[in-house]
Amino acid sequence: MTIPASFTDISIDELRKEGVDDVRVMGMLRKMLEIRRFEEKVEELYLVKGQLMGPSHLYIGQEAIAVGILSACASNDLVISNYRGHGHAIARDVPMKYLMAELYGRADGTCKGLGGSMHSAIHPAKGMIFASAIVASGVPIAVGLALASKQQKKDDVIVVFFGDGGLNTGAFHEGANLASIWNLPVIFVCENNQYAMGTSTAATTASANLVDRGAVYDIPSKKIDGNDVGSVFVTAKDALARARKGDGPSFLLCQTYRSKGHGVYDRSEYKPVGEADGWIDRDPIVRLRKVIMENDIATDADISAMEADIAANIANAVEFAQKSPYLDFEELSKYVYA
Amino acid sequence: MSTLSDDGSGRQLTYAEALREALYDELKEDPAVILMGEDIGSYGGAYRVTKGFLEEFGPQRVCDTPISEIAIVGAAIGAALGGLRPVAEIMYMDFLTISVEQLVVEAAKMHFMSGGNLRVPMVVRTQYSLGRAHGAQHSQFFPSWFLQVPGLKVVLPSTPHDAKGLLKSAIHDENPVLFIECNLLYRSKGLVPREGYALPLGKSEVKRKGNDITIVAISRLVPEALEAATRLSSEGIDVEVIDPQTIQPLDMVPIIESIEKTGRLVIASDDSKSGGLGAAISSKVMDDGFDFLDAPIINLASPDLPIPFSPVLEKAYMVSQDNIVSAARQLV
Repeated sequence: MTIPASFTDISIDELRKEGVDDVRVMGMLRKMLEIRRFEEKVEELYLVKGQLMGPSHLYIGQEAIAVGILSACASNDLVISNYRGHGHAIARDVPMKYLMAELYGRADGTCKGLGGSMHSAIHPAKGMIFASAIVASGVPIAVGLALASKQQKKDDVIVVFFGDGGLNTGAFHEGANLASIWNLPVIFVCENNQYAMGTSTAATTASANLVDRGAVYDIPSKKIDGNDVGSVFVTAKDALARARKGDGPSFLLCQTYRSKGHGVYDRSEYKPVGEADGWIDRDPIVRLRKVIMENDIATDADISAMEADIAANIANAVEFAQKSPYLDFEELSKYVYA
Repeated sequence: MSTLSDDGSGRQLTYAEALREALYDELKEDPAVILMGEDIGSYGGAYRVTKGFLEEFGPQRVCDTPISEIAIVGAAIGAALGGLRPVAEIMYMDFLTISVEQLVVEAAKMHFMSGGNLRVPMVVRTQYSLGRAHGAQHSQFFPSWFLQVPGLKVVLPSTPHDAKGLLKSAIHDENPVLFIECNLLYRSKGLVPREGYALPLGKSEVKRKGNDITIVAISRLVPEALEAATRLSSEGIDVEVIDPQTIQPLDMVPIIESIEKTGRLVIASDDSKSGGLGAAISSKVMDDGFDFLDAPIINLASPDLPIPFSPVLEKAYMVSQDNIVSAARQLV
């Protein structure tokens, strides 16, 4: 079990150095809370209400990564997400009502109900280009997008999210090598949440220095505290600037912890007793909130008001999803070929 | 018939030259077209289809890749999503197995599972080398695998003329297209007009009209079936030859119309006997043409064996023109 070397305070000073004012800090907190509350509602809709079916992979505990990276991106940057993608989508301002409708399999969903939770982050209107349900299969696809960006002399940088389990796939290694030899504008974001489904990273992944998985391909690589939204943001800014200058790919190893199971039905019986407790203080939202209070950026009342507003939005999203129709089965053949 | 169409010059090209011409014209006409694959650049393509392209179009358009079949197809998908029209080359169909996840699980389903949000206009060119003593791992032909992959188009050209026209259409198509060439056909010659022309995907073509027997043939067995038909005509057997050209989606209309007329069907492909193209086409005939049949369908296909290296044994393994002639005689 790899525990990040040190957890310090959120890098608020670094954020300010990057020109992030208090309003934007509160914007980051809001996005992280939206993700957390959305995922909690999803869990309830599965396990308590029994209204949702099929695989769904919660992002609880990892919110600082999506929010830190995607807050640093420009609106034209493109994102390849994955089956644990609700958080990426919310961080990129995909309306929660469309995400929720997708989880309900409805026609108003991001994929008209044809994709489900694992593909719900596909929303090209917000630059959410694709989300695969296969571990790390988005990596070579992101490399191809980056090739298109470079070839067409666009300014777009491509961000691809995958987990630590993806580091052991051929798709990752082939894609990373190609991005490096072609010097493409892509950022590989590895969310090391300590588990590949139910098996710990340590048990499946050779080398204690996972950051070498990028470095070995001559890709500038950095291991960061993925539960520190400031650190994630600042590192992403740097990687984005390098990519935009034509200096090629970056690999960010973001250390975090998957607070829940692999999927919503997984009760994490394989996790050592007490392990999760060790992460409570390191929770990215707890830490950001603490910094916000200590720096007088907001009051408890401000944050409570924010929470109430988010709760209302999520309630509306659920209501919207429940009222949305299904596609007719007869229509499906229209979607096979473009 | 399109195989006989001509621009008046009577210009003959090989199948490989016709493919090269289609790629060349597309690279010239559309800056979004790029090629990527192993040894397509400085080597010129394992079978010289892309010879000289690197010098003319540069490494931004003609991308030599590492031996990374997952990344070749994956990057083609991404490039297509990003606005290019990539043509990826997988040197041998056997190597395609390494990239099947990207092709089948990713590319083919993207349009559907995104609710129509995504389009993946890409071509994967590959070829099979059966008949050239390449052994069990460099000769395989398994197009029927992809009949189970809605969302993917699968094209199998049988002549130089068709190779050019179908490849142009594949590049223009908005969907992922698997374009399977035949190594034994690369040196075959035929009339190929210089000007651009596109042949429709998803249309079976009647290559020879006849009234007694229908032969549906695939890839290299199309020219074999046409020669068999000539031999059979001297015996008074009038054969109709149909080339599906695209097997996914498969246009069954001309096939059903033909057996309505002939009542007899032979299917000839290098795909496997069990679960192969012949079996798939037979099943569709059972659905829509059973009442027209006057005799059992004969499915000429590869035996259920790995492909033997020994050239003598490989020849025994392969469907031959003689097999087609015998099958036709058996049915009348």
